[in-house]
Amino acid sequence: MTFVSTRVPQLRPAGTVPVGPPRPGLGRRLATRLGGITTQVVVMAVTAVWVFPTLGLAVASLRSATDNSASGWWTALAEPRQLTFENYLALLDNETILRSLWNTVLITVPATALVVAIGAFAGYALAWLDFPGRDWLFVVLVALIVVPVQVAILPNARLFGLLGIYGNVAGVIAFHVAFGLPLAVFLLRNFFRTLPRELLEAARLDGGSELAVFGRVVLPLSGPALASLAIFQFLWVWNDLLVALVFATSENAPITYALRGQMRAFSSNIDVIGPGAFLSMTVPLLVFFAFQRYFVHGVLAGSTK
Amino acid sequence: MSPARRHRWTAAAFLAPALLVLCTLVAYPIGYTVWLSLHSPDGSRFVGVANYVEMFTAPDTRRALTNNAIWVVVAPTVVTVLGLMFAVLTERVRLVNAFRLALFMPMAISFLAAGVTFRLVYDEDPNRGMLNAAIVAVHDSFSPPSPYPGATVREGSGLVASDDGTITTGVPVTAGEPASLPLVGLPVDALPAAAEPARPPAAGPGIRGVVWRDFLRGGAGRAGLVDPGELGLPGVVVQVVRSGEVVAETRTDASGQFAVPELAGGGYSVRLAAGNFTEPFRGLTWLGPGLVTPAIIGSYIWVWAGFAMVVISAGLASIPREAVESARVDGATEWQVLRLVTIPLVRPVTVVVAVTLGINVLKIFDLVLVLAPEPAQAEANVLGLEQYHASFTQLNAGLGSALAVLLFTLVLPGMAWRARVLRRHQVVP
Repeated sequence: MTFVSTRVPQLRPAGTVPVGPPRPGLGRRLATRLGGITTQVVVMAVTAVWVFPTLGLAVASLRSATDNSASGWWTALAEPRQLTFENYLALLDNETILRSLWNTVLITVPATALVVAIGAFAGYALAWLDFPGRDWLFVVLVALIVVPVQVAILPNARLFGLLGIYGNVAGVIAFHVAFGLPLAVFLLRNFFRTLPRELLEAARLDGGSELAVFGRVVLPLSGPALASLAIFQFLWVWNDLLVALVFATSENAPITYALRGQMRAFSSNIDVIGPGAFLSMTVPLLVFFAFQRYFVHGVLAGSTK
Repeated sequence: MSPARRHRWTAAAFLAPALLVLCTLVAYPIGYTVWLSLHSPDGSRFVGVANYVEMFTAPDTRRALTNNAIWVVVAPTVVTVLGLMFAVLTERVRLVNAFRLALFMPMAISFLAAGVTFRLVYDEDPNRGMLNAAIVAVHDSFSPPSPYPGATVREGSGLVASDDGTITTGVPVTAGEPASLPLVGLPVDALPAAAEPARPPAAGPGIRGVVWRDFLRGGAGRAGLVDPGELGLPGVVVQVVRSGEVVAETRTDASGQFAVPELAGGGYSVRLAAGNFTEPFRGLTWLGPGLVTPAIIGSYIWVWAGFAMVVISAGLASIPREAVESARVDGATEWQVLRLVTIPLVRPVTVVVAVTLGINVLKIFDLVLVLAPEPAQAEANVLGLEQYHASFTQLNAGLGSALAVLLFTLVLPGMAWRARVLRRHQVVP
């Protein structure tokens, strides 16, 4: 599923002329035309409804707290003098926000890399290695995809306490890896299965170990699947709030946690929350615009979580 | 070693990290949570199903259950229907990509960011909140706001302010004797720019008088009399009433004067209509009692409609063109084609979307936590939020775990249904 048009041109024998429906009467054509205009208007209105909230946040983040409490963001469109980078400059001096942004990176990158790596090994075993109970094991792993994180947070909080990683970045990462794995295994196993069997058999006959087949044949062919999975997992972890609230202390907390702490006094902290929230959105939005195709694949595949 | 045996050992090695993580951090905790849910808050005593009983009887959790039920019914339905509409729309417009991008973009951002975004949208003050600003603009274009909200009578002026919002002269008015209607309580700069200095009412035929702001800065001026510098109130709707019947209606001019020359005799009263003084419409309290859950569901719809649209679009694209074309050749209108051909063919996809969203909605947490202001949190409560508070605010591991088990149980039917669909499509063995 991509944003590229999915229309397939109709095939017809050479030398024939397409026979369409008879040309509709004037009244009908006019109705279609008007319908077309209405449709365009509806589409534009819907687009506006969907764009304005984000636009509003972006503009609000560029206005002073005083301006924001006095009037709506749209007044800045008529009065561009209101726009200022002050809030963002102030954010550069805000240690809590800067550290939490850095923590977000520290949590997201390993949690993504580990899920892709561990998931790829397991996916390969389930796709191309024979062992008893393989299909059964796969079904169990698939079932784990929808398990709500709530059902595991209390025990894991205690377990991490015993292991000494409660409150650390490590604990947050471990939890995200655990709950990212079922989907990773599901996606990768299914993708690996689509690779031609002959390719693997040939590599095996050449004397390659399974590790070599996996690393030299399967992985290089699986770029799109790995990318989709990585993007989904990246967004999932980057955007998470619940796991961070439970498993991170404030000095190890990601940006979502830090901003949530500011929300109690929303109006007076809008000069921190606005730019902070917008900064936290920029990375996912960049990923979205840069890797649209994989992004859509990943999000659709991961929507069951 | 035979290939089969070799495979087993390799498989064990390849699967080991995943299985280790999943067993310790997912499987074992599920069991532990079930155990905790049957024990007292500190885990010391077995209490049977007491936590489950509390879950279904305590007001907080019942509120959460009710709200979750609302969420599960409303959100997936609305998102799926909108997704279907948008998917059909994108079949027939230019600039499809811009439209799809705009709708799908919210999927990239966190519920926290969405929550912050919608705090701004839902701000109660129509000067700041986009939604209320829009509603007030539409409302005022149909019924213009009253010119003098909050105006009241000056005590001792002889005017009577009624509960229905009208202001009436206390003593009967006779033709030829001008009436004075002094008002106060208007902000200093609240008068229309057209307002001119009031003149004392001049004698003349009919019912006449003046409505003015009986107030001068600094408290100068005499009560009930038109002083130099006091402004008339233009555009006030004035009704002349006799024995309960409105016999004439007029408006004041720029200096606050009104006159109905054709009336004669006495026993009239002059009434200023309530519409002159009603408070302006300020929109709705979106994040307050009554509306907070629908408002949060609204922001959820904003996040997920793009998802539904993209999935259903793909479903539409796979509909055989001949089915649609032949219906058109048979003379079906576009609407009939949509209702009788397209929608039935795309129904399986919409069901998948709705169930997926249903599972997702059950676990909703961040959006409610972030978007509902502190005073409205209890009213907006959902299972995910209550589970978090029970576990980490009230430190009641028993109740928290019972709620987690409930969430898990509620997700199971959706999971089983999905497994069946996947199996049918041979995605899983």
